[in-house]
Amino acid sequence: MHTTTIIGLEVHVQLQTKTKVFCGCSTAFNPSNPNVQTCPVCLGLPGALPVLNGEAFRLAVKTAMALKCAISPYTKWDRKQYYYPDLPKGYQISQYDLPFSEDGFVELEPQETPEGTVPGRRVGIIRAHLEEDAGKNTHDETGRGLDSQVDLNRAGTPLVEIVSQPDLRSPSEARRYLEELRLLLTYLEVSDCNMQEGSLRCDANVNLHIHTDDGHKIATPIVEVKNLNSFRNVELALEYEEKRQLEQWQKTGQKIGDVAKETRGFDATRGVTFAQRGKEEASDYRYFPDPDLTPVIVSETYLDEVRQSLCEFPADRRKRLAAAWQLSSYDVGVIVGQGREFAEFFEEVAQLGHDGKQACNWVTQDVLREMNERGQTIREFPLRGAVLGNLLNRITQKQITIKSAREVFATLLSETHAGQVLSAQNIDQIIAEKGLALVTDTGAIDTAIAEVLAKNPKIVADFKGGKQGAIGPLVGQVMKAVKGADPAAVRNLIAEKIGQM
Amino acid sequence: MSTPGLPISELLSLLNSGKLTAVDLTQACLDQISRQDARVGAFLSVDPAASLEQARQIDKRRARGETLGLLAGLPVAIKDVICQKGTVTTCASRMLEKFVAPYDAHVIEKLRKADAVLLGKTNMDEFAMGSSTENSAYQVTRNPWDLERTPGGSSGGSAAAVAAQMVPLSLGSDTGGSIRQPAGLCSVVGLKPTYGRVSRYGLIAYASSLDQIGPFAQDVRGTALLLEAIAGADSRDSTSVPKDVPRYSQTLEQPLQGLRIGVAREHFAPGLDPEVERSVREALRVYESLGATLQEISLPHQKYAVAVYYIVAPSEASSNLARYDGVHYGHRAAQFDSMVEMYSASRGEGFGSEVKRRIMLGTYALSAGYYDAYYLKALKVRRLIRNDFDAAFQQVDLIATPVNPTPAFKIGELVNDPLAMYLSDIYTISANLAGIPGISVQAGFSSGGLPLGLQLLAAPFEEERLLRAARMLERETEWHRRRAPLAG
Repeated sequence: MHTTTIIGLEVHVQLQTKTKVFCGCSTAFNPSNPNVQTCPVCLGLPGALPVLNGEAFRLAVKTAMALKCAISPYTKWDRKQYYYPDLPKGYQISQYDLPFSEDGFVELEPQETPEGTVPGRRVGIIRAHLEEDAGKNTHDETGRGLDSQVDLNRAGTPLVEIVSQPDLRSPSEARRYLEELRLLLTYLEVSDCNMQEGSLRCDANVNLHIHTDDGHKIATPIVEVKNLNSFRNVELALEYEEKRQLEQWQKTGQKIGDVAKETRGFDATRGVTFAQRGKEEASDYRYFPDPDLTPVIVSETYLDEVRQSLCEFPADRRKRLAAAWQLSSYDVGVIVGQGREFAEFFEEVAQLGHDGKQACNWVTQDVLREMNERGQTIREFPLRGAVLGNLLNRITQKQITIKSAREVFATLLSETHAGQVLSAQNIDQIIAEKGLALVTDTGAIDTAIAEVLAKNPKIVADFKGGKQGAIGPLVGQVMKAVKGADPAAVRNLIAEKIGQM
Repeated sequence: MSTPGLPISELLSLLNSGKLTAVDLTQACLDQISRQDARVGAFLSVDPAASLEQARQIDKRRARGETLGLLAGLPVAIKDVICQKGTVTTCASRMLEKFVAPYDAHVIEKLRKADAVLLGKTNMDEFAMGSSTENSAYQVTRNPWDLERTPGGSSGGSAAAVAAQMVPLSLGSDTGGSIRQPAGLCSVVGLKPTYGRVSRYGLIAYASSLDQIGPFAQDVRGTALLLEAIAGADSRDSTSVPKDVPRYSQTLEQPLQGLRIGVAREHFAPGLDPEVERSVREALRVYESLGATLQEISLPHQKYAVAVYYIVAPSEASSNLARYDGVHYGHRAAQFDSMVEMYSASRGEGFGSEVKRRIMLGTYALSAGYYDAYYLKALKVRRLIRNDFDAAFQQVDLIATPVNPTPAFKIGELVNDPLAMYLSDIYTISANLAGIPGISVQAGFSSGGLPLGLQLLAAPFEEERLLRAARMLERETEWHRRRAPLAG
């Protein structure tokens, strides 16, 4: 017997518009002051009417384009009706039978990692539609029966709901899909995808296909795990479900269709999913077209305009960087995976440094390490790509050694103060102060070698006698005498001179 | 005749010549309300100090020689379904008994700009659901022509206030006839604009795809003036149409040449009171005498209008009224044990029976398994009704119909027979379903002295044609000069 895990994800992404989707209120994340970013429209006051925010629709269309979805030339708004205190109108404005986009995919490419190859997968997207967010309820958890409170700051924030096909086959693949989705949406600057602030939320549908030894395939009942608030928790919850559903099947033999679809929550501290109070019957949302909003006609001209404004997608950038700089899929994965600005930083360094592999090493090791230590983003990092590129170019041009370059790099970073932007002049200064420039004056080196050889006849004799290691101290003495000489060149010259003796 | 009952042109010339101040006129309205409204019951709230202060400001500006807005100090009463900042806006419902609107509706902003005096809020059927103003949670409004009878509805308070000379102008809302029907029953002029002509921002929704705000006045000139003041696009209402507003009051006196009036056989169906029919035929003869030609037309889907309306309107209402849940504002029950109980108790206590009936109808029609058979089917027939009108307006400029199948009925006569009550809108409903404009203008009186009205319908955005045609009839008749026989 073996099992296949079948996973489909439903992701809600907040679009990063300045104002809400159907009114002019701010969408800023505001956890401290409730109900201050509200107006008659998002409070659902009597007589108030929604008006579509064109920017929200544009960002939604960009999202759909990134998901390779077909965009409908005609779309409309529907009311999804249910009662809940965080829903002030008693309905959510959403899209039902004519979503603005359908039928796309996210390509997960095969990935070389230090641990081995991760296979690729094309994950189908059933649909992406635009809707408004609800507010937030806070309940008394002290057990003293205090009032529940409602905060409508978030009510009316634009959300895109992205529904995947059940194409994912493991919890780690589900996580990869989410990571790729987040990368795609942050690249396009349609969402900041910040899970802590709720701008990316995920529900997972999961069941198992059990292939028995006698050749039968049995599907277990589908479970929806709701409100997973981190990628790690998505993975953990799904791993838990894989085990739980198999055990459940072995215990009860229940198959899909035997019981209603179950909704479960995830307890992150205990690492388990738990059954949520089931609805007695499937809820009827009584969807119908919202008569307060007019349908949207999406023209080809409009789509062309949006297409013009798109940046390069991460997958395309990976391909381009790998080809342009002869980098491994792992390396481009790291560079592109750090976000659009980081990849742009890399490209600048590589171009000015005239060496892609060298730029990759520096950027993915030195820069990333420094950024992490400093808790900075690439935008906040004091060294611009142009400056680092300039520094690396000096290695390429054999003006300084790699070791000296690291010294310059460390000095630049340690001597900067907040807000200072470093330039190529700072590099010149440090090289001059520390005398790190490679000495190419062979006269000076020749003189130094002659002196050192004259003072160390025993070592010379040892070297001649075949002790290759004996040359080390001689190189050191020459380097001491001529600061900034290239040690490899000095070593060769010494060997040459001794050979001539 | 009390001052507010004077023809609008006379009131304006008195105001502009300084013979009458806005304060005087407002005071005259308030006096008439004190004298008459205990019997009529048109107003739900009046704030004399605030209204007089508005009037004083207008008079001051007139004295300084400033150019005033279109309404230049004329008082306007507002149906209590329209949000006016700082005033209690109840929709004649217990649910909103204490709801103070925190913002002005678009039409209120427009009225302020036009220098109207906002006189008070008028009674209505709860959430505009009804045809008699008996469904108000607070009071019954009586027809000034016969206090035993209803003024019609749902804008019965606004119609009665004008008919009883308590105010020269008022605003109503019309979802299935709620302006035209009471106008006809109270012998005033009422106009339902084209859907999208007037912004719905701040109009508390009953059925969003049908609702329009419109004017009431003693005469056609007042109606034209008030429509001119409130019409126009609004970026806060996606369904308002960005189209220039004609100067209705300027072209009003120009008669229409070669007018072609359509008469539909479907509008003279069984159930039509013979006196009503006689008054309509008489009005048509007047038009013929003015050079108009009559043409028989057919509106084959007219017979489905009431059925379609009672699917579409309650469906939208069931959704529009979901927000009154006792959580954020409005009535909340004092006793409940759970969230679900809080909802059901608050709504159970806050809504009256007609509102509940329509919420249930609409919830049913939108439910899974019934949606296609009811709501979707109704939308398709609604389209056919619109197509009928489009075809008719290829042949004629206007369609003339009765407003009501009978003169005003007695208070209490139909309250226990909702289906009979629903049929009182049979001639007005299809204009809302088609989104076209309609006007109700005085067309005579029954043998018992009750007002009878004529309805004219036109193609979308042809309000100017409606007003000019109504004015042609008004100029040839005396009906609009008669005033309700009031005590005192």
